[in-house]
Amino acid sequence: MNALYSLVLVFALVLIALFGVGTAHMAGLFGIALPLVAVAVFLVGFAYRIIKWAKSPVPFNITTTGGQQKSLDFIKHSKFDNPVTPGQTFIRMLLEVLCFRSLFRNAKTGIQEGQVTYASAKWLWLFSLLFHYSFLLIIIRHMRLFFEPVPACINFVAMLDGIFQIGAPRLYMSDILILVGLGFLLARRLWDAKVRYISLVTDYFPLLLIISVALSGIYMRFFAHVDIPAVKQLTMGLVTFHPVIPAGVSVPFYVHLFLVCTLLIYFPFSKLMHAGGVFLSPTRNMPNNPRRVHHENPWNDPSIKPHSYEDYENDFREPMIEAGLPVEKKS
Amino acid sequence: MADLPKAEELLKSINYTPPSTPWMDIKADTSPGNWCYPAKAEKLEYLGFPNPREWNPADQDWKLPENWQDIVHQGFKERLDKYRSLKIFMDVCVRCGACADKCHFFIGSGDPKNMPVLRAELMRSIYRKDFTMAGKILSTLTGSRVMTEDVLKEWFIYFYQCTECRRCSLFCPYGIDTAEVTMMARELLHLCGVNINWILEPVSNCNRTGNHLGIQPHAFKDIVEFMVDDIEEITGKRINVPLNEKGHEILFITPSGDVFADPGIYTFMGYLMLFDHIGLDYTLSTYASEGGNFGLFTSSEMMKKLNAKMYAEAKRLGVKWILGGECGHMWRVINQYMDTMNGPADFLQVPKSPITGTVFPAAAQTKMLHITEFTADLMKHNKLKLDPSRNDHLRVTFHDSCNPARAMGLMDEPRYVIKNVVKNFFEMPEQTIREQTFCCAGGSGLNTDEIMEIRMRGGLPRGNALKSVRDEHDVNMLSCICAIDRATLPPLANYWAPGVDVCGVHELVGNALILDGEKEREVDLRQEPLPGKEG
Ligand code: SF4
Ligand code: SF4
Repeated sequence: MNALYSLVLVFALVLIALFGVGTAHMAGLFGIALPLVAVAVFLVGFAYRIIKWAKSPVPFNITTTGGQQKSLDFIKHSKFDNPVTPGQTFIRMLLEVLCFRSLFRNAKTGIQEGQVTYASAKWLWLFSLLFHYSFLLIIIRHMRLFFEPVPACINFVAMLDGIFQIGAPRLYMSDILILVGLGFLLARRLWDAKVRYISLVTDYFPLLLIISVALSGIYMRFFAHVDIPAVKQLTMGLVTFHPVIPAGVSVPFYVHLFLVCTLLIYFPFSKLMHAGGVFLSPTRNMPNNPRRVHHENPWNDPSIKPHSYEDYENDFREPMIEAGLPVEKKS
Repeated sequence: MADLPKAEELLKSINYTPPSTPWMDIKADTSPGNWCYPAKAEKLEYLGFPNPREWNPADQDWKLPENWQDIVHQGFKERLDKYRSLKIFMDVCVRCGACADKCHFFIGSGDPKNMPVLRAELMRSIYRKDFTMAGKILSTLTGSRVMTEDVLKEWFIYFYQCTECRRCSLFCPYGIDTAEVTMMARELLHLCGVNINWILEPVSNCNRTGNHLGIQPHAFKDIVEFMVDDIEEITGKRINVPLNEKGHEILFITPSGDVFADPGIYTFMGYLMLFDHIGLDYTLSTYASEGGNFGLFTSSEMMKKLNAKMYAEAKRLGVKWILGGECGHMWRVINQYMDTMNGPADFLQVPKSPITGTVFPAAAQTKMLHITEFTADLMKHNKLKLDPSRNDHLRVTFHDSCNPARAMGLMDEPRYVIKNVVKNFFEMPEQTIREQTFCCAGGSGLNTDEIMEIRMRGGLPRGNALKSVRDEHDVNMLSCICAIDRATLPPLANYWAPGVDVCGVHELVGNALILDGEKEREVDLRQEPLPGKEG
C-alpha cells in the first residue's frame, strides 16, 4: 500500500512537469525559478537540520565499542572498532562513511532444526555501496554542466565511468549500477516481509523518486537525445545568476530537472538526512576514552548527592558497633 | 513457573513472518506474564518519584495522572534538548532493517515490535507527530500517530522487553542505539508513575543500605564471615577481610549479588583468596557495597546519585584508588558515566598495582580498575602460584556480558585470566561472542520470575550457542564477568542447555590459587570433590 502511494506520487510529479512545460509552457518556472529555489531550500534546510542537531549537547560519552579496548600492553587493542584517540576515531568514521563498515557485519538469523543459524548477509552492504557510489559518480559527472571550462578531474571521472565504450552515446557504468542498487533496495523492501512491515511511504518515496530521476536521465541521453549544449547554456545561466531559457531544450529534460528539484527540496526534511546525521552519531564519532579523559556534561547537576555516609551510619550505628564495624561517631 | 512451555515447544512456536495487520493497529498484550510487577507505592514515595499508587497493568485503568499526555510531551521535549543522541536517533533511521534480527528478544519471540527498529518506531511515531512539521500534517504517510493510553501501554510492554544490551547498535549503519531510546522511554514512563518493582526496589535499597538486596551492615559482615569460614574449611587457612576500615590503599567494590547469591558467592571467595594471596592492602565498604547501578535503568539523576557513593566512600576512607569486581552494567556506568557525573576524582591516584608496579592509563581519569585487568597483569608477571589442574573437572566457555563487551570493550582480559587457570576452554560460535555477544535476557532490571517465558525466549540465542558447545565439547561450565549473568544464566542454561553450570571468572582463579600454608585441597570452592579426590 505504502509502495503504491509512493508510486502514484512519483507519477504525479512526472505529469506535473510534462504538463507544466509541455502544455502550459512554463519553462521559466521549471527551468529557472524552481531550480534556484530547490538549491536554496536544500542548502538552508541541510544546514538548519545539522545546526538543530548540533544544538543539543552530547552529555555522555556513549561509544558503542566493537572490539577489544586499549588496556594492557600484551593485549591487542582493536584500534578502529574501539578507538581511544581522535585519529583512530577518525579512521573508524572513515570506514563507516566510506565503506559502510557496520553493514558489512550484517548476518541473517534463522532457525533450522532447533539450531539458531547465522548466515552472512552482505547483500544489503554490497548494493547500498553500489547505489551510493554510483550516485556520487553521477553527481560528479553532472558537474561538467556547471563549469566552463570543465575541470580535468570531472572529465577524467566521466572517462573512467564510460571506459567500456559501449554504444553511442557511450554507456556509463554508473547509470546501470545505480539502477541495480536501487532495484535491489526496492525489491528487498517489497520482498522481505520484515522490512516491508516497517516500511513507510517515506521509505518508498525517495527510492522511487531517485529511480525516476535515473530513468529520466537515461531516457534523455539514449532515447530523447537532448540538446546538451543548450542544456549547458541553461545550467551555466543558473550558476552565473544570468538565467536564460535557450531554445531547443526539450520536455524530457524539464521532467528530469523537476524530479531532481523535488529530491533537493525533499531531502532536508526526510530520512535522507542520514547523509548528515551519520557524522553526528555519538555512538560512533567519539573515542572510547571516558575512563582516561574527562568528558563534560553541560547540564550535570552538582546538587545531586548520594545518600550520605552520615545518614547511613545514623541509621545503622547500633548494630554496626555491636558487630564491631568501625564507626565515625560512637553514639 | 508452571506454564512455561518446554524448550522444544517454545522453539517451534517462533515465527518470523510478521502479521498482516499493520503494527499500529495491534494493541500490546497486557495480560499477566507480559510484564514485570509494577513498583510498590512505598518505594516510589521513598525515592520521591511521581504518582505512587497501587495499580495493575492487566487492568484497563492505569491510574495515570490527569495531564499525563502533557507530562510525556514536556519530558520528551526536554530530553531532545538534552541529548543529541536522542534527536539523531529519532531522525536518521532509514528503516533498512539491518538491526531487525539482531535483538535476542526478536529472535526468541518473532514479535515484530521486538525488532529494534520497530521498538524505536514506537517512540519515533510520537516524535514525528509532536515534533516534526511533516508528521503534524501528513499523519499516516509519515508514520506518525497520537500519544494515547494504548501507546503508553505499548511502551511499557516493549521498553521493558529491551535489556539495553546495545547489540542492535553494533549493526546499525548510523550507530543508532535502541538502548538509548529505551532509556529515554523509560524515563518518560517514570514521569507518569509507570515503572517496575524489580528496578525501583533495588534502587531504593541501594540508596539506603548501600546494596540492592537491602543487606544491612552487620548482616553484610556476617555474610563475609561465613565465606571466610568456608574458605578456611576448603583451604585450612583463615584469612582476614577488612570492612569499612580507613587507611588502606585500595577500596574494593563488587556487585552485591556476589556477596549474597549462589553462584556469585564463589566468585567473591575467589576475590578474597586472591587478595590474601598477594597481600593486597584493601578494604571493603558496607556503605558502598553495591557495584551494580540500578539507576542506569531508571534515570540519569538516579544513576548519578547511586554512583556518587563510590567516590564519596573512597574519599572518606582515604584510599588511593578503587578496584571493581565482575559486573556488567556497573562497568558500563563506570566507563561511560562515572567521571562525567561525579568526577573528576582528584583526591585519588591513577591505579597502580602494588604487586607488579604496573600503572593503568586505561583508568587514568576514573581511578577505577577492573579486576580482570588487575589479575591479568598479575598473571602476566607471574605473581600468582596456580594449579590449573584443580579446574580439570570443568570444561569452560565464556559469556561476554553485553555491557563490558559493547560499552567498554573488555574482552581479552577475562579470557587471558581464564586461560591461565583452566585447561579446557572452548569458545561459543563467533556470532554469539565478543562484541556480537547475546544478552542473558535478564539485564536492565528484567531478571524477575514473573516474565520467565519472555526471558527464556530472549535467552534463546545465548542458550542455543551454549548448547552447541555443550554438545560438541562437553562444556559444563559457563563463566562470565557479570553478577546479573550469574543470577540469570543458571535458569537459562537449565532451560536451553541443561547440564551446564555458571560461574564467575574469579571462582576459577580461587580454585587454582595455591595459598601460602594451605592444606591439600580436596574440594573446589563449591565444596565439590576435585578430580582424583572423589571419595
Ligand atoms: S539498522 Fe539502524 S538505520 Fe537500519 S533500521 Fe535499524 S536503526 Fe534504522
Ligand atoms: S538494546 Fe538489545 S534488547 Fe534492546 S532492542 Fe537493541 S538488541 Fe534488543
